[in-house]
Amino acid sequence: MPATPVVEKTKIAVKDLNFFYGKFHALKGINMEIPENKVTAFIGPSGCGKSTLLRIFNRMFELYPEQRAEGQILLDGENLLTSKEDVALLRAKVGMVFQKPTPFPMSIYDNIAFGVKLFEKLNTTDMEERVEWALRKSALWGEVKDKLHQSGSSLSGGQQQRLCIARGIAIKPEVLLLDEPCSALDPISTAKVEELIVELKDDNTVVIVTHNMQQAARCSDYTAYMYLGDLMEFGATEQMFFKPTRKETEDYITGRFG
Amino acid sequence: MISPELQAMRASMFAKRKRINYVATALALSAMAFGLFWLAWILLETIRQGFAGLTIATLTQMTPGPNEEGGLANAIYGSLLMVLLSTCVGTPIGVMAGIYLAEFEPKGWLASVTRFVNDILLSAPSIVIGLFVYSVIVHPLHSFSALAGVVALALIVIPVVIRTTENMLQLVPPGLREAAYALGAPKWKVILSITLKAARTGVITGILLAVARISGETAPLLFTALSNQFWTSSLSQPMASLPVTIFKFAMSPYENWQKLAWAGVFLITLAVLALNVAARVLTRVKN
Repeated sequence: MPATPVVEKTKIAVKDLNFFYGKFHALKGINMEIPENKVTAFIGPSGCGKSTLLRIFNRMFELYPEQRAEGQILLDGENLLTSKEDVALLRAKVGMVFQKPTPFPMSIYDNIAFGVKLFEKLNTTDMEERVEWALRKSALWGEVKDKLHQSGSSLSGGQQQRLCIARGIAIKPEVLLLDEPCSALDPISTAKVEELIVELKDDNTVVIVTHNMQQAARCSDYTAYMYLGDLMEFGATEQMFFKPTRKETEDYITGRFG
Repeated sequence: MISPELQAMRASMFAKRKRINYVATALALSAMAFGLFWLAWILLETIRQGFAGLTIATLTQMTPGPNEEGGLANAIYGSLLMVLLSTCVGTPIGVMAGIYLAEFEPKGWLASVTRFVNDILLSAPSIVIGLFVYSVIVHPLHSFSALAGVVALALIVIPVVIRTTENMLQLVPPGLREAAYALGAPKWKVILSITLKAARTGVITGILLAVARISGETAPLLFTALSNQFWTSSLSQPMASLPVTIFKFAMSPYENWQKLAWAGVFLITLAVLALNVAARVLTRVKN
């Protein structure tokens, strides 16, 4: 059983979680506690189940009927897998940003207003303020403030990804899930997004999947190492990188494996 | 350092590849030239014969009797009206069925059956559709009518629009849908504001191509709307249309009718060409 770190307050508790793609057993008895207002990184080789785990936290997997989760995921103590609450309301609380930037086919402004409009009735001034707030927070405001009504897809890849992050935080989620958010970005954009991630934890709990060890080391407080559907080790990032308890973790982090 | 043998072999292999390349290019070019030759001939003949028969009277006067003065006004009006109505009927049905196939149950048995039947409809000869509408609408009502013509044309529009809508929606990257769901958007909102919007130029192109297809259809109108020598707006009356009028006039021995038939051919070709260009431009704007 992997060691669970001593945490201030648990935001998401995963209990005996098993996950299946059809008959394939993709996650095997995962237990972990993700602390509030911290950045938690999931690392591990491709196919180990990190993204799969992330996509259970906002019930994204339910879009695909052959996928199935068993066990419990407690968000603030309530099991979100069996919750009666509508999945839309869960997703307002647990936002997600994907690997590839996915600007919607509309203006930069509307890209951000789209999600906000789903849950809040704001007048024009309030909406403009919200859009500006989200864009400032995602370090994009300066680059787009004069072209808010241009198409979102007219932006560069890095800008598009920050637009997607702005879109995600505009609806003020409590948890933000980031699925390899920098894998399609150049180093400058990556640096901007990483700064943003560290800032985000003032208001949010952040969970990030990454293939980049340095990224996990730079911006996460806790790190989970996964391998073939098992959670191998979970602990404070410093401890994981400097004196991991398991040899497998050390091998992966130092690049001898994976 | 590579050996001289290897170098010689590389040179001879390269020469062989180059020869094959020339032959393939020549074959492809001649196939293209053959196709273009006939196409250009058709277009030139249409313009030559059709332009000669085209006068102001063609657009303003009714279809004449043999050896009388006249035009194609009622046929043009009938074609425009029936094409417009059948597109208005067929498009929403086609688009919604396409949405069902792409977004709701892409793998279910109902979708498979729908897709199969739609493919049959798509390739069904239009005369079959004409006869079908004749037997279910014209025969029971004891009258040829524009309404029956509209139904027959709509039956041709629907499968084309279903197919293009489904294909265009499938081209929308799944990540875009997931991103919208991840914001907590309900399914109808994701489809209307995101997927359909992302695919809209493709869907509109499909509709334009369907319109182009039905504006030249003769067989489904022959047994349904029939034709009419006079101007009518009543859907329960037989109604003239360009293709049927062309068919009738071109087969006749009267020279003025033949001239008008060529003028009609020219008008239809022009309209279909314009629709295809519009579809092209739309797709280009998207890219």
